[in-house]
Order: sequence, then C-alpha cells, then structure tokens
Amino acid sequence: METPMTSPSQPAVVVTGLNKIFNHGQPNQVDALVDIDLEVQPGEFISLIGPSGCGKSTLLRLVADLLEPTSGAVTINGKSAHQARVDQDYGMAFQQSGLFEWRSVERNIELPLELKGWDKAKRRERAKEMLELVKLPEFAQHMPWQLSGGMQQRVAIARALASHPKLLLMDEPFGALDEMTREHMQAELLRICAAAGTTVIFVTHSIPEAVYLADRVVVMSPRPGRITEIVNVGLGRGRTELTREAGEFFARVTEVREALRGIEMADAARGIEDR
Amino acid sequence: MVVAVLPPLVLGVLFLAAWQTWIIVSDVQPYVIPRPTDILASFIDDFDLVWRASLVTGMNALVGLVLGSVFGFVVAVLTNRFRFVSEVVNPLAITIAAIPAVVIVGVLNNMYALDSQIPRRIMVTISVFFVVFVQVAKGLRQNDATQMELMRSYAATPFDTLKKVRLPNTMPFFFTGVRTAAPLALIIALVSEYFGGTQNGLGSKISGTLNSSNKALGFAYVLGGALVGLLFFAGSNLLEYLVVPWRRRARSK
Repeated sequence: METPMTSPSQPAVVVTGLNKIFNHGQPNQVDALVDIDLEVQPGEFISLIGPSGCGKSTLLRLVADLLEPTSGAVTINGKSAHQARVDQDYGMAFQQSGLFEWRSVERNIELPLELKGWDKAKRRERAKEMLELVKLPEFAQHMPWQLSGGMQQRVAIARALASHPKLLLMDEPFGALDEMTREHMQAELLRICAAAGTTVIFVTHSIPEAVYLADRVVVMSPRPGRITEIVNVGLGRGRTELTREAGEFFARVTEVREALRGIEMADAARGIEDR
Repeated sequence: MVVAVLPPLVLGVLFLAAWQTWIIVSDVQPYVIPRPTDILASFIDDFDLVWRASLVTGMNALVGLVLGSVFGFVVAVLTNRFRFVSEVVNPLAITIAAIPAVVIVGVLNNMYALDSQIPRRIMVTISVFFVVFVQVAKGLRQNDATQMELMRSYAATPFDTLKKVRLPNTMPFFFTGVRTAAPLALIIALVSEYFGGTQNGLGSKISGTLNSSNKALGFAYVLGGALVGLLFFAGSNLLEYLVVPWRRRARSK
C-alpha cells in the first residue's frame, strides 16, 4: 500500500505535461489535449469550460483514470491517478445520473461502499447521512424512476460523495436540468462541498454556471485541446442567489465570455488563412 | 382494465357466433368443420382425454423451455465473459441453428427408446436455447455508458461489474427471450410428435382425430393446446413481473 506524503500545502490535483492523442498515427488522429498543466488546491472549486471538442471531458476522464494519457502525468493527493481510482479517492457524477434502476435510492448510494467492502449496517448509516445532506431523507426506499430529474441528480451526487472523497469530478451534472432546478442544485452543491471541504473539478457548457460555482474558471480551446486562460473569480465563499445579480459576477461572466470569444475569433481567423 | 379486456372479448364472441351461424345457415357437415358449441361440448365431455394429452405435450414443452432458457442464459454469459468460449460457441451455434429441426427429431428418435419423450424435450431445448441465447447475448452487450464509467471509477472487478450491472441489465432481454420462446416451445413439442414415438400427446391426437370423423374432439385438442400456450405466455409474463420489478414502470407507461 502506497502511503502518500501529506502536507497542508500539497495540491489536491497536479496535472503535468499532459497529452492525449486519439488514434495515434492514423489518418483520423485527434490531438485531444496538448501540454496541459494544472494545479488544483485542496478545497478549491475549478470549472472547466470551452466549446465542444476542447477536451474538457477528456481532461476530467484522465484525472479520473478512466482514460490513459498519451504522455504526462496526473497526481491526486500525491498518488498516481490509477492508485487514486483503485483507492476510490474521488467521487464522480455525470450528465446522466447513471442510477441503477433495479436498486432503491439508498442501495444506489451504497454501491460504491459495497465495492469497498463496507458492512451493511455501516453502509445503511452512511446512505442515510448522505440523503440528509442532499435533503432527500424520505426517499431512501424509492426507486429511481419515481424521482424527478433533479432528485435523481441529487442522488447521484450523494452517491459520488458517499465514501467522503476529498475530490469530486463532475461532467456537466446539471446539463439536463431546467434552469430553476439547475440554479438550486448549484447552490446546494456549493453548500455541500463547502461543508465537507471537497475539492471539485466541474465541466460545464454554461458560462454563468462556471462563474457562480468556481474559484477559478479554466477556459479551454479546441483543435488541439489546450488551456487558453484561467480566470480568477474571487467572489469569495458563501455565495447566495444575490451573487448572481452582483456587478462583480457579471464582470467575471464577461471576462470568461471574452476569453471564449477570443477562441472563436482565432478559429475564424485560422479558417480564413486556410482558404 | 374493463376497457382493455372488452374489445378483444367482444371480437372473439362475434367471431364464434359468426362461425356457428355460418355452419347452421350453410348446413356444413360436422365431419367437415364442427360448430363451436360442439367443440366446447366435446372439450367438456372428453376433458379427461384432452387433459392427459395436454399434460404430456405441456410437460415436454416446459422441460425444454426451462432447460433451453437456463442453457441459453449460462452460455451467453460465458461467451460474453470469455472470448475463447464465444469463438467456439458462435460458429457452432449458427451451424446447429441452420439444421432443420425435424431432421434432429428423426435422428434422436432412432437413438432413444420408442416410448421416450426425451427426443422431443431435446428438440424443444435446442430451439429455446437459440432464442434465449441471442437475446441474453444482446442484453450483455448493451450497457449504459455512464453506469460502466461509474463502475470503472469504483475500480470494480469484472466479476462485480457482471454481477451488479451487466446481469440486472440483461434480465429484461432474458425475459423477452423466454416470452418469445414460450409459444415456440409448445409448437415444437407439438410438431415433434409427428415424427414418431409414443402417440399420447396433443400433436399426435390432433393429427389423429382431425383425420377421423370426430372433428369436434380434434378441435377440442386444439383448444387444449391453445390454453396450454396461453398458460405459458401468462407464466413467463408473471415471472418477468416478479423478477424484473423495475420494468413494470416502463410497461405501465
């Protein structure tokens, strides 16, 4: 068993010189990610944003060790990404809730704990605790299809957090929700992660969502996928619904939007050159 | 519920009434086509005969259905789990499936004692096997991408993934296979009686009596076969309802 060095200043996630090339050496080769460096501090909330094909989901999957990098390395709390996955050091949530429809809500939340070998009593207790956290305690015995989309997504988040991971990886988890539910879920997520001190990497298409949630917004561009800009949000902790109406919030939204527009213009310019 | 049952019921009664009327009006002789009322009377009078024949054929079909379903399921899981099994089984399965069923019964009849029901049961087992095998193999290949990524993020072993995700995901496919195979099992059990062996099942009785003048009894046997078929269909539906409760929602929509 690997014992990672732990010091208060150790970053939660370190990405160094990361490259991911799909179909290497073939005519349909895609440079999904090129020379990605990123350091995420413990408890920090990072949003990854960029147009389709910029590799933000690929980056998340490389951190999660769901994909192998072509070169470069990912370190999670001093461990390799692979070791972190084996030790279930992170929780993960996707756009689809991915709930197992033959399991009740509580047994869905228990699944990662089951695979960790926890005994039943302990699992049940933790599931109960998680359901309190996502404010669905009365739905423990329900089946997934009896829940609304927003509630299903909350169960998925409860499941991702069930083993109390220090790191949460999320791939557009609120993408399929309506705007009202979405804003509500964003506030809930901030509350939950702040309470547990969880580090979050959050992939999204939405600029306001990226800004509202994050301490830093990482702006990415496609062909090849790379980080073009990192926007410090600096809205502090304890964000409320009022934050969404603050001038500073709009200033950051504009900043991210302009960073993204820069990508578009560069793309357009390249297009002209190509002709 | 009443609304759902009523239209087919009315249609069925109308059909029988039209049949009855036609025979009376056109004066069709009972040894050509019997009246529905005669068939019912024969079914009640000779219930004992119909019951015994139904039991023989029904048991052949049931044994074949259960064995075929179990084999189909197990082999599909093995082929999915181990590549070398699929390399051996798939070509073999296609080859055997291409052989006409009747030939196999003929060969088997020569291998077993004259009064044995085993050749018929083997025949049903083989037929059911393919239907269930194909469905389960399909189900095992269709997995939700998010669920699979989640299992990988949990560093779940292939066995855990099979047990906790692939198999539950496959159950609806398995039961689709069983439901499809249930009437097939009965038909194969019936038809395989035409190729020799003890003449005590529905298949032999139907072919025997329909060639005689007692057409009403022949049709009573057919009715017996239909009821056994319905029972199979209802049974496999009930089993699915009990084993795959999460599918009830999809069906009720």
